[in-house]
Amino acid sequence: MNVLVFLIPVSLVLGGIGLAAFVWSLRNDQYEDLEGDAWRILSEDDDKPNNG
Amino acid sequence: MSDAAFCPACVGLPEEQLEKAASNGTSQIVLSLPGIHCVACINGVERALRDMDGVANARVNLSMKRVTVGTDQPISPEALIDTLEMAGFEARVLDTSLLGSESDAYGRGLMTRLAVSGFANMNIMLLSVAVWSGAIGATLHMFHWITAAIAIPALIYAAQPFFASGWRSLKVGRLNMDVPISLAILLASGISLYETLYGGHHSYFDAAVTLTFFLLIGRYLDHRSRKAAASAAAQLSALEVPRVMRVRDGVRQMVDFADLAIGDLVQVLPGGRIPVDGTITEGTSEIDRSLLTGESQLSRASAGATVTAGEVNMTGPLTIRATTVGADTTLRKMVTMVDEAEAARNRYTAVADKAAALYAPVVHLLALVAFAGWMIYSGDLRLSLNIAVAVLIITCPCAMGLAVPAVSTTAAGRLFRAGLLVKDGTAVERLAEVDTVVFDKTGTLTMPAAARDRLDDETQRIALALTQNATHPVSQAIAASLDGVTPAVLTDHCEHAGKGLSAIYEGQQVRLGSGDWLGAGHGTYIQIGDEPAQKITLRSELRDGAAALVRSWQEAGMDVHLVTGDDANETSKIAGALGIAHRQAETKPAGKIAYIDELSANGAKVLMVGDGLNDTGALAAAYASVSPATAADASRAASDIVLLNDSLEPLTELPLVARAAMKRIKENFTISTIYNVIAVPIALAGFATPLIASIAMSASSITVLLNALRLKGRL
Repeated sequence: MNVLVFLIPVSLVLGGIGLAAFVWSLRNDQYEDLEGDAWRILSEDDDKPNNG
Repeated sequence: MSDAAFCPACVGLPEEQLEKAASNGTSQIVLSLPGIHCVACINGVERALRDMDGVANARVNLSMKRVTVGTDQPISPEALIDTLEMAGFEARVLDTSLLGSESDAYGRGLMTRLAVSGFANMNIMLLSVAVWSGAIGATLHMFHWITAAIAIPALIYAAQPFFASGWRSLKVGRLNMDVPISLAILLASGISLYETLYGGHHSYFDAAVTLTFFLLIGRYLDHRSRKAAASAAAQLSALEVPRVMRVRDGVRQMVDFADLAIGDLVQVLPGGRIPVDGTITEGTSEIDRSLLTGESQLSRASAGATVTAGEVNMTGPLTIRATTVGADTTLRKMVTMVDEAEAARNRYTAVADKAAALYAPVVHLLALVAFAGWMIYSGDLRLSLNIAVAVLIITCPCAMGLAVPAVSTTAAGRLFRAGLLVKDGTAVERLAEVDTVVFDKTGTLTMPAAARDRLDDETQRIALALTQNATHPVSQAIAASLDGVTPAVLTDHCEHAGKGLSAIYEGQQVRLGSGDWLGAGHGTYIQIGDEPAQKITLRSELRDGAAALVRSWQEAGMDVHLVTGDDANETSKIAGALGIAHRQAETKPAGKIAYIDELSANGAKVLMVGDGLNDTGALAAAYASVSPATAADASRAASDIVLLNDSLEPLTELPLVARAAMKRIKENFTISTIYNVIAVPIALAGFATPLIASIAMSASSITVLLNALRLKGRL
């Protein structure tokens, strides 16, 4: 049962990384436009704002 | 970037934020794009907008079907819409009431809490499975301790929305759904902590965290369906004229609206809104009476004619003798009526709240009975508390916290894809009960259009050439109806204010304008040279899908009415074409409200479909309401659902979706009742282990969620 001493912290850390990644993506507007961004990646057009 | 760097307010900002600020421009306009669906549309819209002068950036959001335009020069939304229409995309202005709050801090907070409780739940379940499988002795206690260490901080953070809302409700002496939820979470954690400390066998942390996780999903969906509510009354009162030009003893003076007295003379310049009800003493002009009649056609007014507050003077200066001032003007009375109607509607209680009012006391009573019963029977405080907690967790109102928001979100999503924006969280529930529909005519069922059938080809070409660049609404309607005709070549264009247009065509004068000016009767005429003037019939055309909509709603068992400010002749023509039996013409705004109130008094649940300022009161007074995106701001604010497309067709599905949604909600209540009927006796008898509590709760939550998702398919 000694393996639990490893495994429980490992599971907590892995879960924590997942949580941190989700919170980062939420704060970073990754969920603002799910459909649009999926399509944009297929477009060859320059998608940069026009500064001219 | 160099410009921004000089701005003293921006110097301190990090580089990244500076760049964002610069590329987004100084102000933002949000447009709705009901027609976009693919990457070509995204690129087309963004390229068309970015090529315009003054547009700094344009970003399409395909999921929400809208575009955010950053501008660095003042640019009107209409100019953006024109550009988009030229590029082939339908676009509409969205007012802030439809957008939801810009920075949705509460929604993000809920999402973060959801993630934290999900994380805690996952880890606790890993440990709980071992416990349920029969861990004993030191392992069991260590697992209980680790569970407690994960669950307590997670619950303190994640369950805050329930505690806060439950506490708010208790403070005013009422029981809402969050009271049993908070109590279940708190008691379950408390007893579990006690059991952990004293080496007991049962810990309910897994159930408490799972409960929080599922209820947070419901809370998040519920939050998303609530949009910032705008008041139609406030929108209407914005039409009031704060300062007016008063003429007294030949002296013109700007005074506050409140300082006017009955009998004062008020001057209104072209383009100005008329501040008071009164009689014209001087001047002739054309007046936009759409506030009262809903008609977009201008009507002529000269000395002796009566005018009403809120109408717009279009062409010539007018002097008006005030007959009512202050709170007695028609506009102010309308604001009061709309205000009252809105207050009445806000008293609607959502299905979930109604159910909670019945449910919460029952849950508390059951838990109390279980506790008292076991206390008397066994005299063991710890055992009795354990059983009471099991009862609380099992009966926890997951269906109400999760099922209703899940159903309304699915329904709203389905309607949005069809082109309907649901503004109010309870709109779908109310729509399901609707049995009577009242339509406005102009702008809702019909669009103004000019007939081209009676004019010969040459006349059509001349009419188009005369009207294509004119700004008058009648000219625009004529030009629009002559779409596809090649305009004739004209010279010496001349616009005669209040009369019409003239030009030279092949050496002879051509004129288009009012009958009075051309020596003919009432209406709009065109005259070529010395030939007799020909009448241009202005008629209204049915909106796309109107006939199909009325027919399908009648088939769905709804009683269809047509109530309009237009004259009886036109009304019966349209009603006849659409097969509408009940109709009322020449109805004032107050009359529309009265019509709806009368129907409601007879027990009907009325759906109002209208667009004009004159419909605002009726929209607010009705049980549920729909307005097209082209409607006046106040009307959109007063309605529950906004139709984003030009075609009325998406509305066909509306009652069916609403009724199906209501059916799902009721099924969900039944499902959770069945779960309770099975699980509560087990809990009361003291057989509910933490495993059974967790299974009962998760199973009922997942079942109601899946049932809600069935709305996505065939109805």
